Amino acid sequence: MSVLVFIETEDGKIKKSSREAISYGAAIGEVTAIALGSVSNEELASAGVNGATKVLHAADEKLNAGLIQPYTEVIAKAFESTGAEVLVTAKSSLADAVVGRVSVKLGAALASNVSELPKTDSGFVVKQSIYTGKAFVNTTLTTDKKILAIKKNAIELKTDGAAASVEAFDVALDDALFGAKITSSEKAEGDVLLPEADIVVSGGRGLKGPENWGIIEDLAKTLGAATGCSKPVSDMDWRPHHEHVGQTGVKVSPSLYIAVGISGAIQHLAGVNSSKYIVVINKDEEAPFFKAADYGIVGDAFEVLPKLNEALKKALA
Amino acid sequence: MNILVCITHVPDTTSRIAFTENNTKFDKNGVQFIIGPYDDYALARAVELKEANGGKVTVLNVGEAETEPTLRKALAIGADEAIRVNAFPSDSYFVAKQIADVAKQGEYDLILMGRESIDFNGGMVHGMVGEMLGLPSFSPVMVLEMEGNTAKITREIEGGKEKLEVNLPFVAGCQEPIAEWKIPNMRGIMSARTKPLNVVEPTDNTKLTEIAQYELPAPKGAVKMIDADNVEELVNLLKNEAKVI
Ligand SMILES: Cc1cc2nc3c(=O)[nH]c(=O)nc-3n(C[C@@H](O)[C@H](O)[C@H](O)COP(=O)(O)OP(=O)(O)OC[C@H]3O[C@@H](n4cnc5c(N)ncnc54)[C@H](O)[C@@H]3O)c2cc1C
Ligand SMILES: Cc1cc2nc3c(=O)[nH]c(=O)nc-3n(C[C@H](O)[C@H](O)[C@H](O)COP(=O)(O)OP(=O)(O)OC[C@H]3O[C@@H](n4cnc5c(N)ncnc54)[C@H](O)[C@@H]3O)c2cc1C
Repeated sequence: MSVLVFIETEDGKIKKSSREAISYGAAIGEVTAIALGSVSNEELASAGVNGATKVLHAADEKLNAGLIQPYTEVIAKAFESTGAEVLVTAKSSLADAVVGRVSVKLGAALASNVSELPKTDSGFVVKQSIYTGKAFVNTTLTTDKKILAIKKNAIELKTDGAAASVEAFDVALDDALFGAKITSSEKAEGDVLLPEADIVVSGGRGLKGPENWGIIEDLAKTLGAATGCSKPVSDMDWRPHHEHVGQTGVKVSPSLYIAVGISGAIQHLAGVNSSKYIVVINKDEEAPFFKAADYGIVGDAFEVLPKLNEALKKALA
Repeated sequence: MNILVCITHVPDTTSRIAFTENNTKFDKNGVQFIIGPYDDYALARAVELKEANGGKVTVLNVGEAETEPTLRKALAIGADEAIRVNAFPSDSYFVAKQIADVAKQGEYDLILMGRESIDFNGGMVHGMVGEMLGLPSFSPVMVLEMEGNTAKITREIEGGKEKLEVNLPFVAGCQEPIAEWKIPNMRGIMSARTKPLNVVEPTDNTKLTEIAQYELPAPKGAVKMIDADNVEELVNLLKNEAKVI
């Protein structure tokens, strides 16, 4: 089966979730990948490690920002010119906005939040995570062309492939596709991206105020983790909105989620229930979060966190 | 401004999810249905824009008769008119096609949706509708301000945000903090009873997917409690039992 994988980059590096998408593609067929905007040949060739044979590169600088219509055009063209049957991408804010359009353009069925490899013994069936992680559905895609958006951290990375060949892929892009003008862009530099992170340390209202986030950040630093928070914390502007985890915020699926001073409301749990392990630190032994946890500590965050940080530093040294 | 807001009729965020008939049907027993939380933000912003600029807000749902109380609630919140496409929303493409066909019948300056539904979490209907109508589409949109015919929008990107300017008309998938959820007041609830709710039949039955079967995740094992004075034990468990650090 011929598979096209859409690669997203961040600071010139292929995102981990895109490497997962390539690994997924490689498990079902022969992978050509498509990357857009400025990124080095060397970085693109490294997509081979995860299973891509070839990487198409639409290097036009105008594609450095993730503009939805131009991206749709390039990805659809790449799909057609490679004769692909399946487009695979990581589920992300950008991919969500783009793949719906691509699906209509190609007449391809689209399944989002795919958490396992497809079953192909009768039809093409994928398992999707739905109801914000509270259930799964097995869905048959009935068209010849198919699009799969893969849930983050759900697929094991393939790491034993050889370097991929990189080829320029030029698409003439109509100015009309660039109707939206980007006027500014703000991005946290150098931090671990929350939706991609393997470990997340999150704080809730129990931390009392933004001035106390140092203990969360210190722990995150020791673990190489991303920081997250509950909804009231971002509503009160203690933390930026993109750190808000839960039903109405970012859904995370890390190996380890550490929740500090968060009560465990069902809407918060909906965003973290696909984490592999959950640690809860809360001073109230009745906090509902303990029921969803693997490990729990009843205690004051301001005493437990510094001690835990020291113990981790020692263990990881 | 003439604004179309597409709303889902979804289980309340606190619902316990279960299935019946050999895991092929969603179990509605005891489930409260609400306007999708992201759609609720879109609706609130649409009502604010109407209040500021004049115009009309139309809410649209693709669903069976049971969704009408949800549409009435949207009317109580401040929409002027509701449309229900009388069909089971069994596939994102099917839903998008119905929305696009309704949109073609009206002259909408703006089509607002949620960034994603909270039942199937697809996050793709806005893009599909945009492509079907040949309009730009954006998601997730956290700020939407109008300046004449130009919208200034802020969309979230992973780890940050980006500001854009674009002319009407377009499609946007919304999320907080675009507006605060609005709670209907008594006057709104009374007036909603007499506002028009038009039922139309689907235009096209094309579907690209079929549901085979639902599954529930494996139940979580019991929590292991660790003494607050023994954080070394937690480190040990994370390292040697969970093997995550
Ligand atoms: C009992 C039950 C059974 C269901 N069975 C199926 C099924 O068999 N197959 C299936 O694909 N889905 C099914 N759904 C979910 C269905 O209603 C989805 O919401 C719909 O398919 C859109 O999917 P999505 O998650 O891709 O939407 P998204 O792309 O996540 O939605 C984005 C936005 O599009 C708009 N939108 C989405 N759906 C509608 C709608 N129906 N009317 C108006 N606006 C809308 C909203 O503004 C929403 O915020 C079922 C839901 C329920 C409650
Ligand atoms: C439609 C809807 C959608 C929602 N979406 C989300 C969402 O996406 N994400 C989300 O998070 N919420 C969401 N919510 C809100 C949710 O219901 C809760 O209100 C929220 O998660 C509570 O945040 P919290 O746990 O930080 O605060 P609280 O519930 O106030 O909990 C604070 C906790 O800190 C503990 N604590 C206090 N002091 C200390 C200390 N010194 N040391 C240790 N522990 C301490 C307390 O025991 C308590 O358990 C949503 C609500 C609705 C209605």
